[in-house]
Amino acid sequence: MLRIEAIHTSYGPISAIKGIDMEVRKGEIVSLIGSNGAGKSTCLMTISGILKPSKGSIFLGKRNIAGLSPHSIVSQGICQVPEGRRIFPRLTVLENLEMGAFLQRSDFTSTLHRVFKLFPILEERKKQYGGTLSGGEQQMLAIGRALMANPDILLLDEPSLGLAPIMVSKIFRTIQEINSEGVTVLLVEQNARAALKLSHRGYVLENGMITLSGSGNDLLDNEKVRQAYLGE
Amino acid sequence: MLLQQLINGLTLGSVYALIALGYTMVYGILELINFAHGEIYMLGAYLGIIILGFLTAAGLTAYSVPLALALTLLLTVIFSASYGFTVEKIAYRPLRTAPKLSPLISAIGVSIFLQNYVMITQGATDKVFPSLVGNAGFSILSTRITFLQASIIVVSGIIMALLHAFIRKTRTGKAMRAVAQDRSMASLVGINTDTIISVTFIIGSGLAAVAGLMVSMYYGLVNYFIGYSAGIKAFTAAVLGGIGNIPGAMFGGILLGLIESLGSAYISSEYKDVYAFIILIVILLVRPSGLLGRDAEEKI
Repeated sequence: MLRIEAIHTSYGPISAIKGIDMEVRKGEIVSLIGSNGAGKSTCLMTISGILKPSKGSIFLGKRNIAGLSPHSIVSQGICQVPEGRRIFPRLTVLENLEMGAFLQRSDFTSTLHRVFKLFPILEERKKQYGGTLSGGEQQMLAIGRALMANPDILLLDEPSLGLAPIMVSKIFRTIQEINSEGVTVLLVEQNARAALKLSHRGYVLENGMITLSGSGNDLLDNEKVRQAYLGE
Repeated sequence: MLLQQLINGLTLGSVYALIALGYTMVYGILELINFAHGEIYMLGAYLGIIILGFLTAAGLTAYSVPLALALTLLLTVIFSASYGFTVEKIAYRPLRTAPKLSPLISAIGVSIFLQNYVMITQGATDKVFPSLVGNAGFSILSTRITFLQASIIVVSGIIMALLHAFIRKTRTGKAMRAVAQDRSMASLVGINTDTIISVTFIIGSGLAAVAGLMVSMYYGLVNYFIGYSAGIKAFTAAVLGGIGNIPGAMFGGILLGLIESLGSAYISSEYKDVYAFIILIVILLVRPSGLLGRDAEEKI
């Protein structure tokens, strides 16, 4: 579904991604793990079009979407929940969700109901400013906002970062639920164990290059992964 | 006397508020002080005279003065908004990723260019706005209000109410707020941020043009450098209310108009232009985020 071929992305003279190949198939949860500065977020930002790759292609189906503007990539069905949630702090919860549906020209009430069913707390707080929510609620709002666009592929960047353990497991359960409804997920996580457990496949990113890939279970059993990312 | 000054101040303040809105909206979205904004106001004043001239030549003014003025207002807004749109496109958009100082310098360049462009094409001497409505008016509590003053206050009030509703309620208005709060996140939800920025410039320039047209009718005289002082005063109004804050610009504009008018009446009219700058200095020293502004946020 989404195929990344030999992508290079740099910040000025510093190259952050040095030729990545990866694939996300329809209906999968694929996780991308790696330490700080490995290039995980850069990879997602390149897919979303915020960063322009200097080389390589990103195929969505047969179409090369590398270098398209971010809003046209959203219209192709790829949505990102960026690191740090980035909700609009002085827009209400409802307005944040409406912005998520910005490109949905038709009525989005049914999508809104779906999001409220997934996260009932958002319906309770819909008149509140986004900035007044707690971290966990903001994460739910950020995911809900992305779902409002009815994406085919959801890119999630560190959804568990900074959340209380109970909220972390709730978020991971929700990701699985969203996936079971047919949304393909590319997940970037520091919490490698939890991420690999729910993923069909995974990639390990080190210094801007993929060094290892395999099924979620294979990676969980891999000696190198256990030492470097699972703290064993 | 006091009531009279309040009416004069409110008239002047409504105009400052209309111009200040353009500064504050552009700052809110791009963090750019658009120094060329005052020139759009000046262009509005000139375009008003030129368009009204054409309509008069075509016989429309003799047929109906209100119709001629309404059409002048509409065309002035359209032409000025296209100037604003074009300025953004050629002078600011290519510098979107450049350091913040670059678009600022570009804005000063546009300002100098537009002043000289008008001076060369329209001449360096004052232009007269034909007096169509004269000094007719009415009196309340021994205070004289001309129809022109009343229209300025009412038209400004309506426009500001419409703008407020537009920004609060419409899809585009909400997108403008989203872009102002987090531009790259706005693009990640599918908002075309360039389009929203263009819309901001179009609206801001339209408001400045309305102000320009109304002021040239009010004073009857226009020249190519009126944009400078009006621009700086409106900028003061925007800072007074809290730059980037839309209700703040409305409030700041009206407050500044009142202060200027009361200062001229009760202290000295010779220092008319000084009051604005005293206020600017005091605000920057005491409360840099403005009366209604938030304290600068730490960006994480």
